[in-house]
Amino acid sequence: MDRKNAAVIKTRYLHPYLLAGLIPAIFFLLFYFYPLSGILVKSFSLEGGKNLSFLDQVFGSPRMMKVIWFTFWQAGVSTLLTLICAFPCAFVLSRYQFRGKRIIRILASIPFVLPAVVVAAAFQACFGDKPFFFGITLDQPLVLILLAHVFYNFSVMLRILTGFWSSLQGRISEAAMVLGASPLKVFLTVTLPLLKPAIFAASALVFVFCFSSFGIILILGGPSYSTIEAEIYRQAAHLFNLPLASFLSLIQITFTFLLMWAYTAFTKRAARFSPDTEQIHLKPPVHLWEKMMIAGVVLFVFCLCAIPLIALVATSLTHAGKLTLVYYQALFVNTTGSIFYIPPFHAIKYSLLFAVISLLIALVTGICAALFIRFCDRKFSNRWTTFFDPIFMLPLSTSAVTLGFGIIITLDKPPLNLRTSIFLIPIAHALVGFPFVVRAILPALRAIPEQFSEAASMLGASPLTVFKAIDLPLMSKALVAGAIFAFTISLGEFGATIFTSRPETPTIPVAIYRFLGQPGAMNYGQAMAISTILMIVTAVGFVAIEHFRKESTEGF
Amino acid sequence: MKLRLVPFMLCLLVIALFSCNSPEEKTATMQPLPAELPDITIMTHDSFSISKAVVEQFEKKVQAKLVIIKSGDAGEALNKAILSKNNPLADIFYGVDSTFLSRALKADMFVSYLPQHLDTVDKSLQLDPENRLVPVDFGDVCLNYDIGWFKEHNLQPPTLLEDLIKPEYMGLTVVQNPATSSPGLAFLLATISRFGEDGYLDYWQKLKANQVEITSGWKDAYWGKFTAASEGDRPVVVSYASSPAAEVFYSETKLSAAPTAVVLENNSAFRQIEFAGILKGTDRLELARKAMDFILSAEFQEDIPLQMFVFPANKTVTLPVVFQEHARKAERPALLDPQLIDAKREVWLREWTERMLQ
Repeated sequence: MDRKNAAVIKTRYLHPYLLAGLIPAIFFLLFYFYPLSGILVKSFSLEGGKNLSFLDQVFGSPRMMKVIWFTFWQAGVSTLLTLICAFPCAFVLSRYQFRGKRIIRILASIPFVLPAVVVAAAFQACFGDKPFFFGITLDQPLVLILLAHVFYNFSVMLRILTGFWSSLQGRISEAAMVLGASPLKVFLTVTLPLLKPAIFAASALVFVFCFSSFGIILILGGPSYSTIEAEIYRQAAHLFNLPLASFLSLIQITFTFLLMWAYTAFTKRAARFSPDTEQIHLKPPVHLWEKMMIAGVVLFVFCLCAIPLIALVATSLTHAGKLTLVYYQALFVNTTGSIFYIPPFHAIKYSLLFAVISLLIALVTGICAALFIRFCDRKFSNRWTTFFDPIFMLPLSTSAVTLGFGIIITLDKPPLNLRTSIFLIPIAHALVGFPFVVRAILPALRAIPEQFSEAASMLGASPLTVFKAIDLPLMSKALVAGAIFAFTISLGEFGATIFTSRPETPTIPVAIYRFLGQPGAMNYGQAMAISTILMIVTAVGFVAIEHFRKESTEGF
Repeated sequence: MKLRLVPFMLCLLVIALFSCNSPEEKTATMQPLPAELPDITIMTHDSFSISKAVVEQFEKKVQAKLVIIKSGDAGEALNKAILSKNNPLADIFYGVDSTFLSRALKADMFVSYLPQHLDTVDKSLQLDPENRLVPVDFGDVCLNYDIGWFKEHNLQPPTLLEDLIKPEYMGLTVVQNPATSSPGLAFLLATISRFGEDGYLDYWQKLKANQVEITSGWKDAYWGKFTAASEGDRPVVVSYASSPAAEVFYSETKLSAAPTAVVLENNSAFRQIEFAGILKGTDRLELARKAMDFILSAEFQEDIPLQMFVFPANKTVTLPVVFQEHARKAERPALLDPQLIDAKREVWLREWTERMLQ
């Protein structure tokens, strides 16, 4: 009896999960809060910062208020549209077994890595100015922005929903069916409430992602549309108005915090269930309507994701109407003898290197953070979680320019003289990938009943064993989804705004921008060719990540 | 079911470590010079480029290893240099745009130095009398048009800024937002120089009525809207006077004539001059001076046209053939006083934004 009490006390005060929280905390303090507070302090001590004139520049300007309103509006509408598109697809993917499912999943995730300029080119190449449907021409900037956001974020929603959904299909709804509930009733009273945490987690991610959208707004939206993020870039990089830029960053960060705080408080009340670990409920389609549903999903994903991607590949392979590899061959030639010439294999190597390192950092810190949050959930009052959980989302909506400037003025002395270090690249990528990992695994982790680990501990399992034997397997599907995003974020990040880099370690997106920087048809063709290579590398990366999970967990 | 997390992590780690080793090898093999040579660091923007051969010459002449760090676009790079002026990242900054000149000088972060070969540079380019920042290259921002399109449609190509507001030019032009694009800003300044501070908004109002399209940056205008380079529908775009040369140089097939041409007459082009200077606080002042000498020398200047598609400041160097044949400079470019630009930039941008985008 005494020993058990001792164990309880120990759990309360020095639990490893509590210590695990230190890892993300230190990571955040050093690479996020320190640079950020540095630039904020500096900005507000400048001339325009002390006299508070930036307040008037925001609240006194109808244009700025419009920008803030539009930022919310477009993020909300984009999230809703993405949810509407992804929900039926997630249902089909988590319920049925059919051929080509894996391809659909990979296809849907590829757009996530493409730079906005390339997506714009791809849209242009396949739709042009032709009317799309219901007389909507894709040339309308607003339509383009929303479409691009759906195009980018579809896979975030799809992966998180499918990952969660496929673990709750089966027993509970079957039980309800046996008891005579109609499928609609089962859906509304059983499935939907259980699915809520995942829907909210995915929506929160997509919302915050669109909220801080930058490249898409600038390039596809044209100059008539602006978001807070685009405005920060404009003020900081072109008008040198740091106080205003910092104030806008602060607004952005505060809104994200409040939003995530509300979200966390809300999901607290989500239903708990024991997730299935066996894969028994994936069934092949039997009825005609089931087959049609699958065909519909396949067709939809094909239209949304594949057509623009195929258009892009086609552009890279054709010249004057003929099939050619000339652009690919040209990638290997350094036409001007420049030291900034990027051999394609170098770009692939460094892209993968940074992606793998940042994936590792994001996974380790992300898992630690999620365990810590869940631990706080269970052992302490909710106050702790509602504070930490939103904080971990902040990097996703922090302006890259602001953070980049912060790094310049704070991480400038040994031992942390990272201003021009290549280590900064994976660290910054991991900072953005981290929220995806946390968001993806937290609903799964929370769904695991506390009794599981209590029983295991009672039987003498160490916390590490509990983690390895219970938590890890049960969250593995969600973990893969998180890992895929952390990996993709890094692969697709152009991020010159954040870094002051020595260009000896070029990545693929840097190469794309380099080609698009000068006129000439060869440059354009090569940009499309290396974009195609980026897509292939991404797809191979996805296959590799998924391969690390056993085939038995197919379904996600 | 068990997730193979440990082997997975190990595998990732091995890949990471394995790839980590190679960059060091690379720099080691790329560096034929003795390792004890000191570094000279040049901070610059993303569009900077230099050939390997010139880097070797630099290292031989200056007796220092050249390190280049890039810090975003021209505006961002300068801002980063200003922010870090108490603890500079580099010895030399390359690429202060003439529109940012006063801003950079006001930050008091450059050391005055009269480099060799400055006498080869046209006086009109030397805008800082104290030579804290010296001109290194320049390019004229102007209208580019698609020759084929105008031939096909039997329309006279533009020769004046005023042509763009004629009814037959309805919906033909694409320009960049001056608030987010540096050629866009240069073009706005060209219109201010031509029509005056009182008249330029009128001109833009008429451009708007003539359905001018505005993009955020050069890339989306050129690669997204310009008929000569994309599926777009705009045969007139704001770009550089050297863009036709790049079109020829980077074409799939050998072209004898450029597919595009430029409008330079009648003060319609704005000259963007780029400056370089030694950053205060460098502990390698002597080497930095030598490096500045090298930057204005024929070796470095000859390399500029094909690397960055702008003109070298040193007028004694021979231009590459493709430049001689297809790139042009304005005889009388539009000019504005850098101090005036610095004082009025925000006002002009605000007025422009209110007029054009609301």
